Amino acid sequence: MAKEVKHPERLMAKEIRHPQPTFDEETRAYWEGAARGEVVLQRCRECGTIQHRPRALCVSCFSDSIEHFVASGRGQVHTFTVTRQNQAPPFREACPYVLAYVELEEGPRLLTNIVACDPETVRIGMPVQVDFAPSENGLAVPRFRPA
Amino acid sequence: MSLRGQIAIAGVHEHPTRWAPDKSEFQIMAESARGALADCGLDLSDVDGLFAASMSMGAMGIVSLAEYLNLKPRYLDGTNIGGSSFVSHVTHAAAAIHAGLCDVALVLYGSTAASNRLAIGTGLGGGRDASASFVSPYGLTTVGSYALIAQRHMHEYGTTSEQLAEIAVTMRRHAGLNPAAKMRAPIDVQDVLDSRMISDPLHLLDCCIISDGGGAVVVTSTERARDLAKPVVRIEGCGEAVCHPEIARPDLLKIAANQSSEQAFRMSGVTHDDIDLCTIYDSFTITVLVTLENLGFCKRGEGGSFVEGGRIGLGGELPINPDGGGLSSNHPGMRGIFLVIEAVHQLRDECAERQVAGARTALVHGTGGTLGVAHSGATLILARD
Ligand SMILES: [Zn+2]
Repeated sequence: MAKEVKHPERLMAKEIRHPQPTFDEETRAYWEGAARGEVVLQRCRECGTIQHRPRALCVSCFSDSIEHFVASGRGQVHTFTVTRQNQAPPFREACPYVLAYVELEEGPRLLTNIVACDPETVRIGMPVQVDFAPSENGLAVPRFRPA
Repeated sequence: MSLRGQIAIAGVHEHPTRWAPDKSEFQIMAESARGALADCGLDLSDVDGLFAASMSMGAMGIVSLAEYLNLKPRYLDGTNIGGSSFVSHVTHAAAAIHAGLCDVALVLYGSTAASNRLAIGTGLGGGRDASASFVSPYGLTTVGSYALIAQRHMHEYGTTSEQLAEIAVTMRRHAGLNPAAKMRAPIDVQDVLDSRMISDPLHLLDCCIISDGGGAVVVTSTERARDLAKPVVRIEGCGEAVCHPEIARPDLLKIAANQSSEQAFRMSGVTHDDIDLCTIYDSFTITVLVTLENLGFCKRGEGGSFVEGGRIGLGGELPINPDGGGLSSNHPGMRGIFLVIEAVHQLRDECAERQVAGARTALVHGTGGTLGVAHSGATLILARD
């Protein structure tokens, strides 16, 4: 049930100026991966559980034998909202923007934004592909666009 | 060795103000304490347990509050798990009293959220540290987080905006019967749908108001409460829980209320059919809908039809928030204490026009933090003597 588009010039979402992420030793691999254009997840060598957010131990079996791997970057929209009011800069200027949980092919769901499309066209179940916005501190913010 | 029935709420007080630019949080807490102690006929000198939290009290806040009140309690608890904190404090106070660690516990809340112009719903900053970096780049607001739940609920179960609006309309109708409520003018479903969209599918009138305010609750043994001024309201069951995205596979529609209420019902021996009214955290319309499902009043996915047809209104099968709730009466940021206060007033038959006739058993459920990300839940089952 797509709504009638009254302002074709606003079809595309405005670019979001994402606040810069920071990292510590437990999250370094994820953000260094993002800087290379990859979504890096953790897998437990003992029980095989794939987990996110990154941490020192497997929360399924409490093993400390954790490895990192590069995920596909493909997923689908699990749920979303078009945010039309956020008083905090820089998001105030980005409204309306899409906040979403994206379910990756590998299982974990990431809180993220859907970009590069008309916010009104986003739907649950929509296939999406990761897309990176470089940040000034040399990292990059993973978000998603229609696949 | 259950505490069921052995601990009671003896005194309550809701600070009448909704706008207090000339008051401090501690002043509102102290005025509330005076009101609740007067309500049951106790003095500040009787208090030996102190429980409080607020949006600006830091880790040592409870110590500063004791200094403000010139109290030297033998039991202190500054637990802050968000808006459910005070429901949780009542449980913690009951446990402490049951264990002999204090005799008279004072639970306090005060806030000047409105007069300080806190952007609670649409300005959630998010921290700058490494763990916040998985959230803060994306512009998550409080409303947005609940909107993610609402959108998923609509997708899975066909829940409609009209059904959500029914909740806001009911709370506003109740507020019209509460002289202290901030928003009392009636609204209808169309008004909610016509109010501006904040974060799809939540409209402005799907969101709680922001006010100043505060309150106090006095907890003591049932035995001691029977010697005090007001009818005794016993704690029959209690439970608390936390919910978070686990290892990034959150079931967004299974919330902390599921676990906390299961424990409270088991302790109490009470069934859902015995509950005469509920006071439920209503930060947003969707909060009420998924909380009712998780409390077990209806099946998952049936919340939309459950709230229709006047069932949750006064005179309905399960009246919710006869005071008007956070959607219309007051919401100074952490609303849990008012859920306890209204339930106690209802069980004492003190509510005049908004009284639930013959109310004997009430369920209180507080939500803290934000559904959709990490949050807490705390449930109490209360019954009058
Ligand atoms: Zn493992």
